[in-house]
Amino acid sequence: MEIRLGDKKMKIKQLSIFLENKKGRLWTALNTLADGGINIRALSIADTSDFGILRLIVPEPEKAKKLLEENNFIVKMKEVVAVELSDQPGGLASVLKMLNDSDINLEYLYAFVHEKKDKAILLLSTDDLDVLIEVLNDGGATLVPPEEVYDL
Amino acid sequence: MVWNEKAECMSRDDLNELQLKKLQDVVKKAYENVPYYNKKFQNMGIFPEDIQSLEDIQKLPFTTKDDLRQVYPFGMFAVPKKDIIEVHTSSGTTGKPVVSGYTREDLDLWAEVMARGLTMMGVDDEDIIQNTHGYGLFTGGFGVHYGAQKIGSTVIPISTGQTRRQIEIMTDFGTTVMIFTPSYGLYLSEVAEEEGFDPENSQLKAIGFGAEMWTNEMRKEIEKRFGAPAFNIYGLTEIMGPGVAIECKEQNGLHVFEDHFYPEIIDTNTSQNLDAGNAGELVLTNLSRIGMPIIRFITKDITSLRYEKCDCGRSLVKMDRITGRSDDMLKVKGVAVFPSQIEKALLKIDGIEPHYQIIVTRPHNLDEMEVKVETSESLFSDEIKEMVAIRKKIANFIENEIGIRVNITLVEPKSLPRSEGKAVRVIDKRNMY
Repeated sequence: MEIRLGDKKMKIKQLSIFLENKKGRLWTALNTLADGGINIRALSIADTSDFGILRLIVPEPEKAKKLLEENNFIVKMKEVVAVELSDQPGGLASVLKMLNDSDINLEYLYAFVHEKKDKAILLLSTDDLDVLIEVLNDGGATLVPPEEVYDL
Repeated sequence: MVWNEKAECMSRDDLNELQLKKLQDVVKKAYENVPYYNKKFQNMGIFPEDIQSLEDIQKLPFTTKDDLRQVYPFGMFAVPKKDIIEVHTSSGTTGKPVVSGYTREDLDLWAEVMARGLTMMGVDDEDIIQNTHGYGLFTGGFGVHYGAQKIGSTVIPISTGQTRRQIEIMTDFGTTVMIFTPSYGLYLSEVAEEEGFDPENSQLKAIGFGAEMWTNEMRKEIEKRFGAPAFNIYGLTEIMGPGVAIECKEQNGLHVFEDHFYPEIIDTNTSQNLDAGNAGELVLTNLSRIGMPIIRFITKDITSLRYEKCDCGRSLVKMDRITGRSDDMLKVKGVAVFPSQIEKALLKIDGIEPHYQIIVTRPHNLDEMEVKVETSESLFSDEIKEMVAIRKKIANFIENEIGIRVNITLVEPKSLPRSEGKAVRVIDKRNMY
């Protein structure tokens, strides 16, 4: 499979943080970032009965990771892909169809709104991002580069 | 009624004389026939003829569970293996189990002491005993069984489990005596109530408790739910099994069958003998056992002894119900669990910090154990399904080690308490003490 060099640059660094399902833990994590002057671009929480995983997109992921770790949080940095969705019915469905047709199994996804462009941005995670990027490119989807996501 | 009036109501002087004679005999046999004791006594410069009074027992070395484990499996036998006709083991949750061997005479002795105990509880040959203790390597099932057969009552050897069937049989067969662990008893009572069991019209006349610590509140609750008095049965595999001490109708302490088991109480820290009435660790010596005489076994059970005439007529010393342990052993669902086993299991899993906390609770009257484990960088995954799989893996490793299923809670790193000396590893919320 040919991998286009430019695609490497389309990967966005996401922070995943382990949260115990205990009062005040989410606040503590977010407050740690606030104190460090780090703005949050996008956020998603996955939870079970006793723990949760907080997923964040921030402008300076390395700095944020260090800061959280200094405060005893467990942080994993992971790459995801951002896709711009046209703001019309079927926008999300058309992206998912591309993945379905290519047998790509998503680990998770979450969406937020790109205020400047008034468009929705979809963040996708799967085990092989290169294949995902290729499929999205081939399907004509608009990938959003990291600089743009960090600077929303 | 007293099963063996001569033995159970003997004067203290006669009893002490009998005990000394038996002690001298058992020490001699251990010295001559058990290499472990032979070596140990020689190393300490102690010989059987040094035992001239009962107090001289204090010259003898203690035997610990570790000592017994080191001679696994048959190193404590004092007779040729062909004379041993039955073996049992401790639950073996901390490494190799302790093997207990019995000659025919030993099984008769076991039946005798259990017969005395059941008689104390008011059980006789008219009774139907439903024995919910497990039959197998565990001593509980067989010990009760032998005693019940000795007094001629009808035994239902049903073992633990099949709870609805237990209730059905209890009702259909007209069970008059139930034998269970307190926590299983509480669970049984709930199911019984669902099945329409009415304590007012129950045929039950006595309940025998074993294998677990319990409180007076628990006893009252069980007595109320089953409409029958409950009596404590004490014993341990190393010494024989259930039947070392049993409670009489007075329900204020367990009579130790002193003509067969010599009890001492020692200070937990100094290991010095304590006077009657003081709480400490119970130490037991087999006075009559032939196959495997154990000398000064440290039970690690905390209790005290009372030498007083009992209203039931027996002169045998009374020990209080066990109020704790001198080590960190926990009994969960009747199974002995040591925190070190949890640690051992966790250390087998890559990426796990050996920081953990055990929380034992008793919701709905059944023990539950939760183990909190600190998540680490290498353990943490961005995906829920992987985290759930890790939790399951930890539970499997622990189950392999201790034999029971626990709930695993993943907590943040450094969130569990660390103390200067010994970490607080166990929180027991069952209010057992």
